[in-house]
Amino acid sequence: MDVTYLLILLLVGALVTFISGDKLASKVALFFGLASFGYSIYLLNLFNAGQNLDFVTAWITKPTIDFALKADGLALAMVLLTTALTPIIIFSGFGNDFKNAKAIYSLILFMSFAMVGTFLAADGLLYYIFWELSLIPIYFIALIWGNGDLEERKKAVVKFFIYTLGGSLFMLTGFVYLYQQAGSFMLEDLYALRLSCAQQFWIFLAFFLAYAIKIPIIPFHTWQAKVYQKAPTVGTMLLSGIMLKMGLYSVLRWQLPIAPLGAKSYQFLFIGLSIAGVIYGSIVALRQKDLKKLLAYSSLAHVGLIAAGAYTLTLDGLRGAVLQMIAHGFVVVGLFFVAEIIYRRYETRLISEMGGIRSQSPKFTSMFLLLVLASVALPSTFNFVGEFTVLYSLFQVNLGFAILGGTTIILGAYYMLKMFQHAMLGETNAKPFQDVTFNEGLILVIILGVLFFFGFYSKPITDLITPSLENILTHINR
Amino acid sequence: MNTLIAIIGLGVLCLLFEILNLRKALIPMTILGLIGILALTVSEFNTPGSFYSNMIVVNKFSVAFSSLFIVLTLFLVALSHNFYEDHPTKLSDYIAIKVFLLSGAVAMVSFGNLAMFFLGIEVLSISLYILAASSRLNLKSNEAGMKYFLMGSFASGIILFGICMIYGAMGTFDIAEISELSRSAELPVWFPIGIILVTIGMFFKIAAVPFHFWAPDVYEGSPALTTATMSTLAKVVAMATLFKLLTAMNAEISHQFQIVIVVVSIASMTVGNIMALKQANVKRMLAFSGISHAGFMLMTLLSATTSASSLLYYATAYSLAGIAAFAVILYVCKNRDNEDIVNFHGLGKTNPMLAAVLTGALLSMAGIPVFAGFFAKLNLFSQTMQAGYLVLVIAAVINSIISVGYYFKLVLAMYTKEPNESRTGTPILIYGVAIIALLLNLVVGLFPSLVMDLLG
Repeated sequence: MDVTYLLILLLVGALVTFISGDKLASKVALFFGLASFGYSIYLLNLFNAGQNLDFVTAWITKPTIDFALKADGLALAMVLLTTALTPIIIFSGFGNDFKNAKAIYSLILFMSFAMVGTFLAADGLLYYIFWELSLIPIYFIALIWGNGDLEERKKAVVKFFIYTLGGSLFMLTGFVYLYQQAGSFMLEDLYALRLSCAQQFWIFLAFFLAYAIKIPIIPFHTWQAKVYQKAPTVGTMLLSGIMLKMGLYSVLRWQLPIAPLGAKSYQFLFIGLSIAGVIYGSIVALRQKDLKKLLAYSSLAHVGLIAAGAYTLTLDGLRGAVLQMIAHGFVVVGLFFVAEIIYRRYETRLISEMGGIRSQSPKFTSMFLLLVLASVALPSTFNFVGEFTVLYSLFQVNLGFAILGGTTIILGAYYMLKMFQHAMLGETNAKPFQDVTFNEGLILVIILGVLFFFGFYSKPITDLITPSLENILTHINR
Repeated sequence: MNTLIAIIGLGVLCLLFEILNLRKALIPMTILGLIGILALTVSEFNTPGSFYSNMIVVNKFSVAFSSLFIVLTLFLVALSHNFYEDHPTKLSDYIAIKVFLLSGAVAMVSFGNLAMFFLGIEVLSISLYILAASSRLNLKSNEAGMKYFLMGSFASGIILFGICMIYGAMGTFDIAEISELSRSAELPVWFPIGIILVTIGMFFKIAAVPFHFWAPDVYEGSPALTTATMSTLAKVVAMATLFKLLTAMNAEISHQFQIVIVVVSIASMTVGNIMALKQANVKRMLAFSGISHAGFMLMTLLSATTSASSLLYYATAYSLAGIAAFAVILYVCKNRDNEDIVNFHGLGKTNPMLAAVLTGALLSMAGIPVFAGFFAKLNLFSQTMQAGYLVLVIAAVINSIISVGYYFKLVLAMYTKEPNESRTGTPILIYGVAIIALLLNLVVGLFPSLVMDLLG
């Protein structure tokens, strides 16, 4: 029952925020965000004390669907990522003056509710419902509070919606097929299924369509850059920080253990596609003039590497993927927030119109630099732990993949530092740049603190996720 | 049985109200009467029986669907208050026709004899012809009524012809006896021909491709409330009747026949959805969307022995969403010459409540969870896959994706465009119907067992 309270807390938070009115909304939302973070820490303590947090109750009799939540180490790690980033994202919105604030903050909490549900669900259909529910709030957030030309934004957002929904419907078909075979949607029953190689391949493919669009993996990435650019920064943070982790998490939780043979027989293809995303994303990022778009493509490169790690089907690969998921979640939220800070002062996202900020705002510049370094996986940052583990696992599979994947670090360093140079250094900008406010600084410091703390000492997370990953791996190698 | 008599009694009462000059009390009394009839119907749920030498057969199927029809009529009558405000003198006629239409609908799902079935279908259709042409001075409405009447009576003729064939083959109108005889080894060739003719006629009534050509024009031309009646009540009634006919008369639907159903189903979904993408008129768009939903509901015929509850669920989900959507359309397009999407611009700003209701209804039709439309589709997919028609499921999935395109066109118009002019007044009945219908849809969506377990 305990994990259910977390879901209820977030849902009630969304409702209360909506009722509380435009003036109070942001503070109420922050309160509920922090409360849910506190509560998930409490859950983590219970879990570490050896308590079983799983919760199952019958919901629908025909077809058999249970309200089943499973909180193992992996799920809890993702829940913590979500509940930690949610208050940060809400707090980052304090500097914006949103129209109809009660609606957007309540949508953010609602989305957080749906994503936590996705990470916890242990029944295929419940999982699917949460998965779809998370799509509706982000659709409205990006559509109504986004920026840029309305017509273009509409196109981008609708494309995103139809793409993701389309992918998910194929996953639903996969689930329905599995239900016919197993007579249940429960995770354990689906794990226990013994499907033939061909069946597994088609199931794998149906799931792959949903996840490849969400993550996104090449060639299903075309929605991403536009939506990241057009959505308001809080929306971009939700999308890149948490939502695309849903896809990666689902690969580990649902796709690989249910249809391992599909992954094994075409392993090179799927790793190859992921790595292609790494290289493609990095090269396209090199040429970007818009800061948010550059970050979007860099995000494409990073998640490509994570996906490649997951498809290695080795313990190191899975572990590296999860570590990098968390690290990337924090760093990308930080970077998008930096873009927002600059936008608040200069009202531009074009890198060419920035420059010369360092001399005016040294504090901000140093924090930005640290984030950039974390993003390019400098040793001693959390991202280094993640990327290194993933690259190591790729090396175990094939040296070529490791080398190609390794280019992300080189290319990443190149485009990120180039961007930093153009955006921050150079002659003092004629336009005044006010140094970061206390609130903005606080957010950046928290994010950097997390990244460096776990960079030096990632053992708590590794210990938390390893048992569940080992469990998943036994299902993969059955 | 009592249901049918009570409904006809209520219809006559509606006409009497006009004579007694009680026009103001008409709608409240009708609503109360319908609620009473609903209670009466539900009380018959566990007491199956047959009446008048098998003319009327009351069983779980008929009671469940009759209750749904009564609820829908309740909503439609409630919406009439606002819609017919400008024609107070004719109010009792309109309401009485709606109630008689309900009696036809109930007869159509509780028939035990083909004669009764035909009687039901004619009562329903003739009521609809009148309602379609009820906006007397409007050319489009006249055209719609005429078109609907010509095409509809043609279809009725085909049905009647089919019934004759079946009678010729079996020597009886009683469906229990026909079902008994159809199990015998040698069937006269007239029997399958009769079934095909009746099916074609019913395909016309549910507007399945390629018998759908009347639907867009008639939906667009008719007064909005009539369109609401046609696209929710009439469609669901015809679908339930077709289901009952086919399951009651030939126990096993043959493989060739299933292939035909698959083809018609895929064609209806695809044509309906693709045509809907291009529509600027909301009623026309919903007409095409209705055609595609008919295609979805046809999927239930492929596993007819087990899918009665799926059909009931789909019908409930679809019609409740339809009622909620039409309530908003009635509000927005009152006193406008057309129902173009332009009228919906900026509704999210001027009237966030109704915009949210319409969004919810459209999400349900598109099959997004938690709304009932999602479970409806899920059940269909699951059952069709079990019957071994994976291709049909994949076609349905692709169509679900297409349908999002036009449902969201309306959502986009409401939330991203600037409002052109604001509407004043908050008609309580319209708000009430819209909100209650959507809430019912949500409740059914959150607890599908409520409906799914009814028919075992």
